[in-house]
Amino acid sequence: MKDLLAVIMLLGIYGLLSASFFVVMDAVDVAFTEASVGAGISTLLMLVTISMTGRSEHPVRHKPLLALAVVIFTGGLLIYGTLDMPYFGLAEAPIHQHVAPRYINDSMQEIGVPNIVTSVLASYRAFDTFGEVVVIFTAGIGVLALLSVARRRDDATKIESLNMSMHEKHLILRIVTKILIPFILLFALYVQFHGDYGPGGGFQAGVIFAAAIFLYTMLFGMSTARRVINQSLTQLLAAIGVLLYGSVGVVSLLNGKNFLDYSVLATDPVAGQHLGILLIELGVGITVASIMIIIFFNFAARIEDQQNKEN
Amino acid sequence: MAIASALFLLIGSFLCISGGVGILRFPDFYSRMHAVGVAETLATAMILIGLILHNPDFFVDIKLMIILIMTLFISPTASHALASAAMRNDLLLQEND
Repeated sequence: MKDLLAVIMLLGIYGLLSASFFVVMDAVDVAFTEASVGAGISTLLMLVTISMTGRSEHPVRHKPLLALAVVIFTGGLLIYGTLDMPYFGLAEAPIHQHVAPRYINDSMQEIGVPNIVTSVLASYRAFDTFGEVVVIFTAGIGVLALLSVARRRDDATKIESLNMSMHEKHLILRIVTKILIPFILLFALYVQFHGDYGPGGGFQAGVIFAAAIFLYTMLFGMSTARRVINQSLTQLLAAIGVLLYGSVGVVSLLNGKNFLDYSVLATDPVAGQHLGILLIELGVGITVASIMIIIFFNFAARIEDQQNKEN
Repeated sequence: MAIASALFLLIGSFLCISGGVGILRFPDFYSRMHAVGVAETLATAMILIGLILHNPDFFVDIKLMIILIMTLFISPTASHALASAAMRNDLLLQEND
């Protein structure tokens, strides 16, 4: 397919479809993540990217036969590897024997959180999740290092006139968005703090929060959004989120327990777990939201620069 | 109650299918979009009302109602955005031959 826009749309549809089959397989947390990240934010970021790079693919001069051979070879190896795997849904499979019974039977006494996925993600496997947050943080730093451009102060009257011209063009969209944005932000907070009891958590909440701000930026223009969202504050927040996560771990280290063992945070171990999960999910949410905003703003600033040069 | 909910669900599914047929059969962009935009909004509303009638749980009903209100806002706005984007890119109505 030569039209990259169509490719991205197909990718978004694929994300949404895989979210639906995760729901069918009762993995609502994964489905939620896939719907918000796979279908939502990554599609948006890709759209921003192609608006910078151009919509159609360059004609390929070399023959892609070698690449095709490599892909077929690796794919064949992977499929060959699956032959040794236990049959899908088999009760004797190692995955159902090893730690899963403990998570299912004991997590309510040990962690006290109804959503087992959250207790696995944020407490049993908290170190993995810490790694994921650091990866996202690193991605944000990478985008900042590669793409950030020094900004001049925007002229206030120019912003005003641009704002008015956009106002005429996007009147209906703007009004509906103004109605919707508070609800989106509220929903993000609900997802953030309800993650212990239902599907959701820091990752999804951060992405939804960032999506509301993207929406605002797209309809009210970069310069207006830059006034609302302070860039250096966002960068600071991104670091604070990771730091919050790490310091919870350090607190449990200092109290003589393992890294990220939350039972020391309160007198009652279960209450300590609750507090720890709340804190690290908050850290995750803050980092994810700020990094998404940073990536989007830097991409969009590049586009703006390109347009300014053309004019 | 069950009959009413089934009726609503049936109407909703029928509208979904007719919207799908519309997107395949109509000749140009605007009429296709109109087929989907109009049918889909009503279809989603019908299906959600059917589900509300079907479900006795109060909190689930409230959530479904919120989804319904949101859809009534978002769906027409999305159609509008699509159509105005097409207008701005000078996509004209196809003439009948």
